[in-house]
Amino acid sequence: MLKQCEGSHAVAEAVALCRPEVICAYPISPQTHIVEGLGEMVKSGEIKNCEFINVESEFAAMSVAIGSSAAGARTYTATASQGLLFMAEAVYNASGLGLPIVMTVANRAIGAPINIWNDHTDSMSQRDCGWIQIFAETNQEALDLHIQAFKLAEELSLPVMVCMDGFILTHAYERVDMPTQAQVDAFLPPYVPRQSLDPDDPVSIGAMVGPEAFSEVRYLAHAKQLQALELIPRIAAEYKQIFGHEAGGLIRPYRMEGADTVVIALGSVLGTIKDTVDEMCDDGLKVGVLGITSFRPFPLAAIREAVKGAQRIVVLEKSLAVGIGGIVATNVRMATDGLPIKVRTVIAGLGGRAITKASLHRVIRQVMHDQIEPVHFLDLDIGIVNRVLERERQTRRTGPIAENILRDLGGVAPKLG
Amino acid sequence: MFQVRIHGRGGQGVVTGAEMLSIAAFLEGRYAQAFPSFGSERTGAPVVAYCRLDDKEIRLREPIMLPDALIIQDPTLLHQVDVLSGLKRPEGYILINTNKTFAELGLDDFVKNMHSGRLISLPATEISLKHVGRAVPNVPLLGGFAAASDLISLASVVAAIKDKFSGKVAEGNIAAATEAYNIVKAKEASHA
Amino acid sequence: MDQQVKFYQTGTFTVGNRLLAPEQRAVQADMARTNSLNSGHRACQGCGEALGARYAIDAAMRACDNQLIAVNATGCLEVFSTPYPETSWQIPWIHSLFGNTAAVATGIAAAMRVKGRKNVRVIAQGGDGGTTDIGFGCLSGMFERNDDVLYICYDNEAYMNTGVQRSSATPPAARTATTMPLGPEPGNVFGQGKNVPRIAMAHGIPYVATATVADLRDLEHKVTKAMSIRGARYIHIFVPCPLGWGAASHDTIKLARLAHETGMFPVYEAEHGEVTGVSKIRRRVPVEDYLKLQRRYAHLFGKKPAVETIARIQAMADLNIRKYGLLEEGAN
Repeated sequence: MLKQCEGSHAVAEAVALCRPEVICAYPISPQTHIVEGLGEMVKSGEIKNCEFINVESEFAAMSVAIGSSAAGARTYTATASQGLLFMAEAVYNASGLGLPIVMTVANRAIGAPINIWNDHTDSMSQRDCGWIQIFAETNQEALDLHIQAFKLAEELSLPVMVCMDGFILTHAYERVDMPTQAQVDAFLPPYVPRQSLDPDDPVSIGAMVGPEAFSEVRYLAHAKQLQALELIPRIAAEYKQIFGHEAGGLIRPYRMEGADTVVIALGSVLGTIKDTVDEMCDDGLKVGVLGITSFRPFPLAAIREAVKGAQRIVVLEKSLAVGIGGIVATNVRMATDGLPIKVRTVIAGLGGRAITKASLHRVIRQVMHDQIEPVHFLDLDIGIVNRVLERERQTRRTGPIAENILRDLGGVAPKLG
Repeated sequence: MFQVRIHGRGGQGVVTGAEMLSIAAFLEGRYAQAFPSFGSERTGAPVVAYCRLDDKEIRLREPIMLPDALIIQDPTLLHQVDVLSGLKRPEGYILINTNKTFAELGLDDFVKNMHSGRLISLPATEISLKHVGRAVPNVPLLGGFAAASDLISLASVVAAIKDKFSGKVAEGNIAAATEAYNIVKAKEASHA
Repeated sequence: MDQQVKFYQTGTFTVGNRLLAPEQRAVQADMARTNSLNSGHRACQGCGEALGARYAIDAAMRACDNQLIAVNATGCLEVFSTPYPETSWQIPWIHSLFGNTAAVATGIAAAMRVKGRKNVRVIAQGGDGGTTDIGFGCLSGMFERNDDVLYICYDNEAYMNTGVQRSSATPPAARTATTMPLGPEPGNVFGQGKNVPRIAMAHGIPYVATATVADLRDLEHKVTKAMSIRGARYIHIFVPCPLGWGAASHDTIKLARLAHETGMFPVYEAEHGEVTGVSKIRRRVPVEDYLKLQRRYAHLFGKKPAVETIARIQAMADLNIRKYGLLEEGAN
């Protein structure tokens, strides 16, 4: 059924349709509306046979999820940014134990300095923890991916992180097509655990593993993610059959036929990129877009196949590996290894800075004309940066970094974007 | 695509206004995208919300820098924040929550080539106080926008109000939107 | 006429099972006990925690018809009970992390409720480190929600498994690897302490108790009582550690008894924040008798005994005795 609603609300409704048994959550911007929505639905009885637990920290949230999932219950939680870091130990624990928890990460920057706006630093910080990571492009896809996530998680016995851009998607009102309970039930059967804490069949879960077996256990985790490379497209195909539209999968090509420049990105920015690329194609330029939906497992083969005809790739990412450059770009380079393709990194949108069509037009053309450094920061005010560096060369007691920059910007100006 | 930018202060329902506009457009079978320029919650701080309307899927996510219409819920922002930035002229719309004329607000120069029928002063706060008992100018301004642009119908605005509110609050808002709509339509008729 | 007769056996206060009616006998004396923590685990000789856990879990199992799931914090108990690839647990058991035991237990309890398996109960267990320090936040959260979890803390007063480092449960003056007997204040400093049983009581939860491995029947009784109650419950068990305390492995139960009889470790029960019963001291003992048996206090004795420090420790014991009314009427 078509409806116009907030992204968070769409996700909450989609999760509700998946018949979750335990939901535990700790509030953090910008995930709050999701868990508030679910809390209300449980309290009103709209979601039946479900326990909603208000926990005292994100670490507790993931821990409660671990307990509940290990005891055989379909379990969901959500977080962002600082919260994801606070639960990091438990995040690794969940994937290490093979528990099919589904978690929304409402992508948000990580401090210091504190910043509540969108970028991908949070989920990128956990890219190697063993969770499956999938990124939604629109609110429709966000709700679709949650439904797919439960099925994916439970088939693999691996937790799944559904990433959606904080505020940009979570707080945007958009049209979505909400499935029916019957459709979801047809797609997602009840959870049958591979392992369960059950007095009728006692097992010990979580024992120490020494050097004699640890490598094998970790390899199995890797192997499972590689299995996901096949399972994710299969689930997306099943989804399309039942729900009638496309969502999920490993990658999403757009106007890739004959493209000699490819823009690669994750999440909601793909929308703006597609509008930009349409205009560039109208101008006769051969530009294509490749969205990455599954970031973990990273679809090396699929990406290599998709871009092999191109001359250059622009990876536009909302993440920064401090001290080296791009994160997504580094992963993409592994996929294109050996191919005669130039890969350029554009770091954009950090801490919620708007990514505009105008800037994209400019930067993609710069890449096409080889006028850009290998790692480029979109719309960076290098003057401010240089002033800070100069001040640091002159004085020792320069004071807090962020405050200096804000002073330079003339206070918190109510500028647009 | 038609782009609306709404300016106001926290607590005036700027974000809800954008959402309701998107719901109204949705009810008429159009695509609509509404989102705030995000920040921590704080009453009284300047707030901006955006709403895009189109007949096909809206993929663009950037803030609205070249609006087709501006709705200004708090005129004290006029000389504090660059609310007018990027407005498409001469074809754009400006709706301001005020009793004053555009001349009295010092905007004559800015709007000199624009259609007078698209420059609306509306005492939205007073209308909302009258019908709802609270200073929530967002809804009357929506009614005014519907009347001025004919891009959405009053019926859709009413339906959007019912989607967001219920009971007496909904009734009051519906009355406020209707009064604002009629005021703007009447002005239009008298200008014609 | 009825006369209460107290039985004493030389050198010990234990009463043999043969003198009790069958239903009063210890769970451990029963052939049908579940042996939840089975033999073959790798605990040290004389480990107080292994003893306490064995008694506690078997008592819990009997109390709930063997419908029990246990969550274990990282620590000695977890490590010695599950040496890969073996496990000595005969019950469903999970080890997640060091600091989240109470939260994991909350999750399991929720899952059981959702699945309509209300008869399945949950125990969370950990050492003092995992309970009073790193697990404190989750513990308090579980208390505040009154989740149906029994949390058992096995308190050996330091982080033993990592090599005897100080925890917030380490008593003043005790030597640990991070509170060496050096300088002006040798051993652990005299701080505020962190009385978790009383903090549990401050949460107003239905049942809080302390116990030691010197009175194992009392321990079983308290676990059984706790299992008859729904909601958040907390039992704090004093478990000497021969290795960490520098004590003889055959002195474990003796040390626990001395801790009780000196007043160093008050043994009591509480419900909804009010003390409902205490285990009285039958024959009071000065703290020296307790401290002297442990090398972690060796620096207080010798050629120049730390008289003042010992007096301060004695004062702490005296305070406990006064506060909880631990002396029998007429006892000295």
